[in-house]
Amino acid sequence: MKVRKFLLGILAIVVMIDFATVGWAKQVTLLNVSYDPTRELYDDYNKVFAQYWKEKTGDDVVINQSHGGSGKQARAVIDGLEADVVTLALAYDIDAIAGKSGLIPSKWQERLADNSSPYTSTIVFLVRKGNPKNIKDWEDLPREGVSVITPNPKTSGGARWNYLAAWGFALKKWNNDEEKAKEFLKAIFKNVPVLDSGARGSTTTFVERGIGDVLISWENEAYLAVNELGPDKFEIVVPSLSILAEPPVTVIDRNVDRRGTRKVAEEYLNFLYTQQGQEIAAKHYYRPRLKSVAKQYADQFQPVNLFTIDEVFGGWQKAQKTHFADKGIFDQIYGN
Amino acid sequence: MSIRTEQPWVRRALIAAALVCLALFILLPLFVVFFNALNKGVEVYFRSLNDPDTFSAIRLTVITALVAVPLNLIFGVAASWAIAKFDFWGKNFLTTLIDLPLSVSPVISGLIFVLLFGAQGAFGPWLMEHGIKIIFAPPAIILATIFITFPMVARELIPVMKAQGSEEEEAAMTLGASGFQTFWRVTLPNIKWGLLYGVILCNARAMGEFGAVSVVSGHIRGQTNTLPLHIEILYNEYNFTAAFAAASLLAMLALVTLVLKSMIEFKYRAELSARDGSVGAFAGVAAGKMENHS
Repeated sequence: MKVRKFLLGILAIVVMIDFATVGWAKQVTLLNVSYDPTRELYDDYNKVFAQYWKEKTGDDVVINQSHGGSGKQARAVIDGLEADVVTLALAYDIDAIAGKSGLIPSKWQERLADNSSPYTSTIVFLVRKGNPKNIKDWEDLPREGVSVITPNPKTSGGARWNYLAAWGFALKKWNNDEEKAKEFLKAIFKNVPVLDSGARGSTTTFVERGIGDVLISWENEAYLAVNELGPDKFEIVVPSLSILAEPPVTVIDRNVDRRGTRKVAEEYLNFLYTQQGQEIAAKHYYRPRLKSVAKQYADQFQPVNLFTIDEVFGGWQKAQKTHFADKGIFDQIYGN
Repeated sequence: MSIRTEQPWVRRALIAAALVCLALFILLPLFVVFFNALNKGVEVYFRSLNDPDTFSAIRLTVITALVAVPLNLIFGVAASWAIAKFDFWGKNFLTTLIDLPLSVSPVISGLIFVLLFGAQGAFGPWLMEHGIKIIFAPPAIILATIFITFPMVARELIPVMKAQGSEEEEAAMTLGASGFQTFWRVTLPNIKWGLLYGVILCNARAMGEFGAVSVVSGHIRGQTNTLPLHIEILYNEYNFTAAFAAASLLAMLALVTLVLKSMIEFKYRAELSARDGSVGAFAGVAAGKMENHS
C-alpha cells in the first residue's frame, strides 16, 4: 500500500510539472545567451524591452538569461543550447558558432549597424584606493612587486581584449617591434598570480579575496565593482592607450525560425540601438553608439585614445590564430 | 575492557589533533556559511531567499531528487539482489560497472551527456528534428544526477545482503513462496534500514551535485539552475547574503541527512542485536562495509 501511495505521489508531481510547463508555453519566451559582466545590464534592459513589446503588440515576452565565459557560452550554443539571441564578448566567439554549427550565416556581423555591436567598451585598470603602487599606464604592470590580475585568454573574452590592448600599446611604444612586444607581455604575465577562467571570476579575486595590486578589466566591470563594493576601496585608472572593445550581438537564425520567435528576437536587438536602449547601456557603463546619448553621459566616460582590432591585428580571426591558438604567442609567453 | 597500548600523552595528542582538524575543516566552514547568511539579520535572510529564481532553483533541485532517487532505489535493490543472492556470468564486471560513476570526474559525467545528446552529438540531430530537448534542459540535469548517484543505494545494500546469505530466501522458496513474495516478505524486511540509509545518502548527493549538472545545465536563470548552481550565480553577482542564505539551505539538508543517518544507524543496531544470532550478521555487515571502503 505504501509503495502504491508513493508512486501515486510521484505521478501527481510529474503531472503538476507538466501543467506548469503548459502554463509557461502561452507566453513568448526568448533566451539571451550572454557573457559574464552583462548580468546587470540585461537584467535592466529585459524589463524595459518587455514593457515596450507589450505596449507595441500586446504580447507578453519573458526573456531568460544565461551568463558565463564568452567562449564557453558559444560552445554551449554550438552544442544545442537553444539561444534566440547571443550577446557575446567578441566577434570571434560568434564566428565559431557560424563555423562549427551552421546555425547562423558566416556574414552575420554585417546584419546590424556598427559591426553588430550596439555598445562598446574598453579596457581600464582597477587599483586599490590611493593607488599605493602608483600604477598609471601599461608600462607600470611589468614592474617588480606589482601583482596583476587578469583572466585566462584561452577561456575569457575579456582577457583576450586585455591582452590585445597591452600588445597594441607595446607595438606603438616600440615602433611595431614584435619581439619587444612579446617580452613586454611576458613580463606582465610573470606578475599574474592567478588566471581565472572568466572576467567575473577575476573581479571577485581582486575585489573579494583581496589579491593583486591592479585588475585589468572591462571598463563597465570596473565601474560596477567600484559602485557595488565601495568607492572608498578602489579607483579606476585609464591608461594612455587602450583598445576599442566591440561586444557583438546576433539572432540565431535556425533557433528563432524553429521556435517562431524571429520577429521579437530581431526587435529585441534593434531596440538596443534606440535612444532608450542606449541609455540603459550607458547607465551600466557601456559606451553608447548614439551621439546624443554619448553626449548626455560624457562625464561618466573618461576620454581614452583607442585603437581597433582591425587596425592593429587585422581582425579577430587573425588575432586569434596568431595569439591564442595552440602554440600561439600566448602559449609561448605563458608556458615557459 | 579495551586494551590500551599507547602512552596517555600520545592518546591525548592524537585526540587533540583530530578535534582541531574537525573544528578547522568541518565546523568552521559550516559556521561561516550560517554566519554570513544571518550576518545582516533574520529579516534580510528571509527576504534574500524570497526570489523567483531561488524558488525555481529549489523546485528543480527537488524535482531532480524526486525522479532520481526512486529510480536509483529500484535499480539499486534489483542490482544488489542479483549480485548478492545469485551467481551468474559477468557478475564481477557488473559490480565494477556500478562503481564507475564514483570513480570518474563529475565533469566527465556531464560531458558524456553533451557528447550523446548535444547538437553535435550522436543523437543530437535526431532529437532536434523531433523537437525533443534533453541537453541544457531539466531532462539532462536529471539524467546526469541519476548517473552520478547510480552506485549509492547498491553499494549500501550489497554488503548487507551478502552478510545475510540466502538461506532465508531458500527456505521461503521451498515453502512455496513466489519470487515476489520472497522478496517482499523475507528480503525487504531484512534490508530496510540499509535501504533507507542508502536512499538518504543518494538524496543528499542528488541535491548537492554541482560538477556534472553544471556541464549540462546551460545556466538559464529560473529554468535550468539547480540550487548549487544558483548559489554560484548569486555569489558572482556580489549578492553575498543571498548566496550564503541559499547555501545555508543546502547545509541544513546535510545536517538533516546526518541526523536521519545517525537515527537509522541507531535503530539498525538495536534491531539487529535484538534478534538471535544477529551479532554475527552485524559483524558481517561491518566487515562488508570495511571491505567496501578500502
